[in-house]
Amino acid sequence: MIILLAIAIGSLFGGATYLMLRRSVVKLILGLIMLSHGVNLLIFTMGDGVRRGAPPLVDANGQPPAGVADPLVQALILTAIVISFGFTAFVLALAYRSNQAVGSDDLDDLSTTDRL
Amino acid sequence: MVFHLFIPIITPMIGATLAVFFNRQRIAARAIALISVLINLGYGLWLMSVVPASGPLVAQASGWLAPFGISLVADGMSALMVMLAALLMLTTIVYSFYSVDYERERHFYYPLLLLLLLGVSGAFLTGDLFNLYVWFEVLLVASFGLITLGGSRDQLEGGLKYVVLNLLGSTAFLFGCGLMYGFAGTLNMAHIAERMATLSNPGLQTALAGIFLFAFGSKAAIVPLFFWLPSSYHTPPVAVTAIFSGLMTKVGVYALYRVFGLLLQNELAVYGPWLTLLAGLTMVIGVLGAVAQMNVRRILSFHIISQIGYSIMGLGLASAAGLAAGLVFTAHVMIVKMALFFIGGAAEQINGTGDLKKMGGLARREPLLALFWFLGILSLAGIPPLSGFIGKLILLQVGVSQQAYLITAVAAGTSILTFFSMLKIWNEVFWKKSYEDVNLLPRVPLGLLAPGAALVILSVALGLLAGPLVDYNTIAGQQAFDRGAYITAVCGVDGCEAVYRAALK
Repeated sequence: MIILLAIAIGSLFGGATYLMLRRSVVKLILGLIMLSHGVNLLIFTMGDGVRRGAPPLVDANGQPPAGVADPLVQALILTAIVISFGFTAFVLALAYRSNQAVGSDDLDDLSTTDRL
Repeated sequence: MVFHLFIPIITPMIGATLAVFFNRQRIAARAIALISVLINLGYGLWLMSVVPASGPLVAQASGWLAPFGISLVADGMSALMVMLAALLMLTTIVYSFYSVDYERERHFYYPLLLLLLLGVSGAFLTGDLFNLYVWFEVLLVASFGLITLGGSRDQLEGGLKYVVLNLLGSTAFLFGCGLMYGFAGTLNMAHIAERMATLSNPGLQTALAGIFLFAFGSKAAIVPLFFWLPSSYHTPPVAVTAIFSGLMTKVGVYALYRVFGLLLQNELAVYGPWLTLLAGLTMVIGVLGAVAQMNVRRILSFHIISQIGYSIMGLGLASAAGLAAGLVFTAHVMIVKMALFFIGGAAEQINGTGDLKKMGGLARREPLLALFWFLGILSLAGIPPLSGFIGKLILLQVGVSQQAYLITAVAAGTSILTFFSMLKIWNEVFWKKSYEDVNLLPRVPLGLLAPGAALVILSVALGLLAGPLVDYNTIAGQQAFDRGAYITAVCGVDGCEAVYRAALK
């Protein structure tokens, strides 16, 4: 399972990097979305603590209950998903408006603020 | 348990909500913004007077025991930063009264400023790594709103770069948080610090430190992660640029201090030389980047980067004295840099342009503005008796005492370059004869002059009365570097691990 997840995370990171290095604004944003998915999966993988071996839950005897997953990572991912959802919406709106203003999807055309 | 630590977070939150409701009543929105910020400022000052003697103050959210719930921790460094954030926000709001157009005010300008203050204060006070991430996102989303508010072509373009690169930095931070949880099994900073001392996996710790360096380095705009800053900071209104220069990069610096001073203190020995190298490069490349620029705010933007180098140098020296020196410098530069943005912005506003070639003759026309500008650049360059002198002197002293001669020499040399670069603005904007008749320009209103002037006067005062500032920051530096005291304050004398084990039984 860990190996599968690791491969999935690696592919997401690789794909995200590829997309972000393209010149198109839309692909850049798609890359950001993929990157945040990759990070969410990574947090998920970190969950059942290789080090801890148990979720931060105990039953009446102080033993970790069986068949229970780590709830904390899920809370973290949920927070991260909500935040990245909001940001994605904002970036898409911003990209749309800047596309209207600049009239191009090419990142190389977005250089007026750097020009001397 | 001190629940008043929530005040600087709750006040701007309520303020922002009210300001949204009273959005159409201009006076009411302004008054709400002012009152919220004044409460935060008063609280910050009080916190600064208490914390050096009492040690870190701690509040546990909802009364959860420390390593399980979210802790708020105010040590010397946090208190200083909370106070400075409120002070700088106060000057920004006053400056905005006279410089921001009604269209922006009507479109939730003050709520966004208060949300920015909320995010920044939360980031300074939190004692939980993931919570720090959330506060970063709060301040980022407010800053996204502020930088694109108005929607001119330059703003949208600069805003897109700013947004994308900051999101990338945040994602890296989240990545670090995830790995840290997997590695240490906790997100409470005190608990992480405690476990980091016992866990032995040096390779993974070093990698984690690298991720955090990337994440916060891109927020703090250290070389080579600074490109978003000069291409976006000159696009929004002056007041927004000023508050960004005062707060945004400094939150990154604060997070670096916190993470390397507390969580990954072991790694500071490994990263120290690299941090110093990056600091030196940041100083030099920042100041050289300004050479080619011919626009007031773009020159100042590059100087933000250069000054960040000094703050990172304090961290790179890897000692309590280094952190203390870095804090003195950071406090100084937050104040002076904003003053320069305010004054340069006032000159820009009456000229209608920030292009140096089209400006001139303001020394005769606006002698007060010119005077404060000159004092400001003297302070930034580090001429005694201004605060910049104290800030740099202490950094250089620590550098020499730790035999870091190269970085010390670079830091001293960069001061001279900074002064030259600032003199360019002085010559072009204030000293040279204008091609047009300066008497036709509008006068600078008092409201545009006062915030910058007040900050410059504060810088002079901090230079003359450096004793208390240095004493305070010495204690703050020690507190920021003292893992034991931090853990004791958050979790009790036995440490977080003991609380954790006891709770499991």
